[in-house]
Amino acid sequence: MIEVGTILPTKVFYLDRGLLKAYADASGDHNPIHQSEEFALSVGLPNVIAHGMLTMALVGKFITDWAGGSANVKEFSARFIKPVIVPAGEKVDLTVTATVIEIDGVNIKLDCVATSAGVKVLGMAKAVVTQ
Amino acid sequence: MINPDSVGRTFDSADLVTVKQSEIDAFAGLIGEADTRVAPPTFSIRITLSQFESILTKPEIGVDWARLVHGDQKFEIYRPVIAGDIFKCSATIETLRVAAGNEIISVRSDLHNGSELVVSTWSTLVVRG
Repeated sequence: MIEVGTILPTKVFYLDRGLLKAYADASGDHNPIHQSEEFALSVGLPNVIAHGMLTMALVGKFITDWAGGSANVKEFSARFIKPVIVPAGEKVDLTVTATVIEIDGVNIKLDCVATSAGVKVLGMAKAVVTQ
Repeated sequence: MINPDSVGRTFDSADLVTVKQSEIDAFAGLIGEADTRVAPPTFSIRITLSQFESILTKPEIGVDWARLVHGDQKFEIYRPVIAGDIFKCSATIETLRVAAGNEIISVRSDLHNGSELVVSTWSTLVVRG
């Protein structure tokens, strides 16, 4: 039974430098802050960071699985409030959950929470899906 | 500085973009999505970000792409994107403001296949000062 307040089971994704390279190739976003530690440090970042849109794509996968397929995702929005930091040779977590906040006919609105290393990385992450 | 006269203007992409199944497969594969009959919900960023780059870096607009970070992103998906979609991208610079020395641009982008509006996206882009 889905109702307002229903909490979706948490899922953990893992990101590493290899995934960032694969995302750069698949998305066409080759900004060196997602590839080169030297460059990232030179622009004041603590280390290489994941593409915000990679984080959003993974949260999108979480939503898609719950909604029963990509075709059921109607709206999806997020604010990139903190970077996901991806040191060389490490796998970092992206931990995702969501709460049902509105049901309007067939449309279900979700409020998503995504954290990495305990830090909230997306703000105002909302989706509208049909199930 | 970004040219303030560009606010409210709509720029159409010069070229049509055809979605290939191999592109959907690659994007889906890296997030662990096995069903590639339709594109994942954020796939269209692949099209819109490259269009933004070519539009916003035009000399008359003047965005420095190297100083740009992504602030937020929204998608409204009217029907799923599929292989074979042929998109025209229209990007409208909706607002421009300056905060704490950064320029903040919001851009709406509509992807049309023929006369059918398939996806609208809203992106906030921050040019760090």
